[in-house]
Amino acid sequence: MRVMVFVKATEDSEQGMQPSPELSQMFIDMGKFNEELVNAGVLVAGDGLKPSSFGKRVAFDGPSRTVIDGPFAETRELVAGYWIWDVKDMDEAVEWVKRCPNPMFGPSDIEIRPFYEMEDFGDVIPDEAAAIHDGVGEKLANR
Amino acid sequence: MAADPSHRAIEAVFRIERARLIASLARMTGDVDRAEELAQEALLIALTDWPRSGVPDRPGAWLAAAAKRRLIDGVRHRSMRERKHAEIARELAADQEMSGEAVGAALDDPLGDELLGLIFAACHPVISPEARAALTLRLVGGLTTQEIARAFLSNEATIAARITRAKKAIGKAGVQFAVPRGAELAERLGSVLEVIYLIFNEGYAATAGPSLVRLPLCGEAQRLGRILAALMPDQPDVLGLLALVEIQSSRLAARTGPDGRFVPLTEQNRARWDQLLIRRGLAALDRAEALGGGDGPYVLQAALAACHARARTADATDWARIAALYDRLGQVMPSPVVALNRAVAYSMAFGPDAGLRLVDEIADAALLRNYAPLPAARGDFLFRAGRRDEAQAAFEAAAALTGNERERAFLLDRAAACTR
Repeated sequence: MRVMVFVKATEDSEQGMQPSPELSQMFIDMGKFNEELVNAGVLVAGDGLKPSSFGKRVAFDGPSRTVIDGPFAETRELVAGYWIWDVKDMDEAVEWVKRCPNPMFGPSDIEIRPFYEMEDFGDVIPDEAAAIHDGVGEKLANR
Repeated sequence: MAADPSHRAIEAVFRIERARLIASLARMTGDVDRAEELAQEALLIALTDWPRSGVPDRPGAWLAAAAKRRLIDGVRHRSMRERKHAEIARELAADQEMSGEAVGAALDDPLGDELLGLIFAACHPVISPEARAALTLRLVGGLTTQEIARAFLSNEATIAARITRAKKAIGKAGVQFAVPRGAELAERLGSVLEVIYLIFNEGYAATAGPSLVRLPLCGEAQRLGRILAALMPDQPDVLGLLALVEIQSSRLAARTGPDGRFVPLTEQNRARWDQLLIRRGLAALDRAEALGGGDGPYVLQAALAACHARARTADATDWARIAALYDRLGQVMPSPVVALNRAVAYSMAFGPDAGLRLVDEIADAALLRNYAPLPAARGDFLFRAGRRDEAQAAFEAAAALTGNERERAFLLDRAAACTR
């Protein structure tokens, strides 16, 4: 199964990267962890994200679209980085996350979310919607 | 670390460590069957200890130390009768007294050398490719005999016997649990790649049974390919195989229709192709070619798959390039199946008559006599050339030959379309 693993932001990470021996060490530790993930055939993709001060949001409400500039307030709910992993099940994903070096200097969270898989859509999407979905796909592909 | 871990958590830790643990124990004992037993015994000890003590910081090293203690106990027990083993026990005991850190480092296998050694042993050419596949899935993939039997549509007793025979053959031949060097490496690596490709193909183009694809096998082959590419990053053939597996896997969702029927490449909804896997596959292919592996059979096949992956629509497919790649593949890996695919490529690049000419040249090859794709391709060429009656007969012949129910339905549909 494929999971997305979110490294959540902290007040520190929202400040951007400040060069320091601690940060250098974290990069080394994180590099080793990534290597372990690669060697186990688990790591599919991953990247770090700049602080939310570089980000924008578009708020939806009926027909209106409002653009909001970062930074955003609810720091601990923001995403600072992500991986995509291929694992056998959620238990395995949890054990891999436990092996991750502390991604932040203070307390922080890492969240694991499974992707929807082919079979999950079977009963949820009506045939009509699936057909539209495929039609859109066809148009995109034909462009 | 977390106290009071559940059995499920412990089993998940064990699954992550299992292959490396078996690899290390196999190298130590030279006996893969014993290595598997010892690993299992280490799990049982962890299931007793960890709920009280928590998961140790280095669970892999902990499990290896526990397994090693069982090994020493076992050897001591037997040494009552066999003096020679007592020496081994002393050696192992001395070994065990290494500082905790040293043991941890020795058992962590940072280069993955032991794991590679296990993969090479499980894929040794002294055993048949089917047995190699079963043994690799068991030892490296961690699948149970039951799971392997289900994946290969076989029964448990058959697979269990196959695995037991394979383990015995490895022991009898004195196979080393190490990565071969020099000239032997190329040959043995070929045997490893063959196994991963066999596992993938059995999942991707299920040759029998009710379903077109068997996803667990595709997933296992993908994982094995990724592990191998990570541990041998400079081998172009490994990267070629990985590229091939990643790109083919990108189409898994698109090649089966909503009713479970097979959807041919040119009719697939390309929006359903997994772009992440395509990107990974193309990157691996680039690396393989940059390393000078452009003429390797897997690299060429990956390059062929990449031609389709790069085409936004079926009409945009570069069939002339595909035909040229098949010319090269036919030279480095001549086979009737490659020749048949070359005929298909020629028919797409230069018209159905070009395909018919090539397919008639190989129609008598013994290997293709009962091979459904041959009359199926011939039927397609004839259909496109406007020779509907002959096309119908060819599709019906193909339908009679295939063992896959979904494929048969597809071919009978095409036969029926010839009379419309």
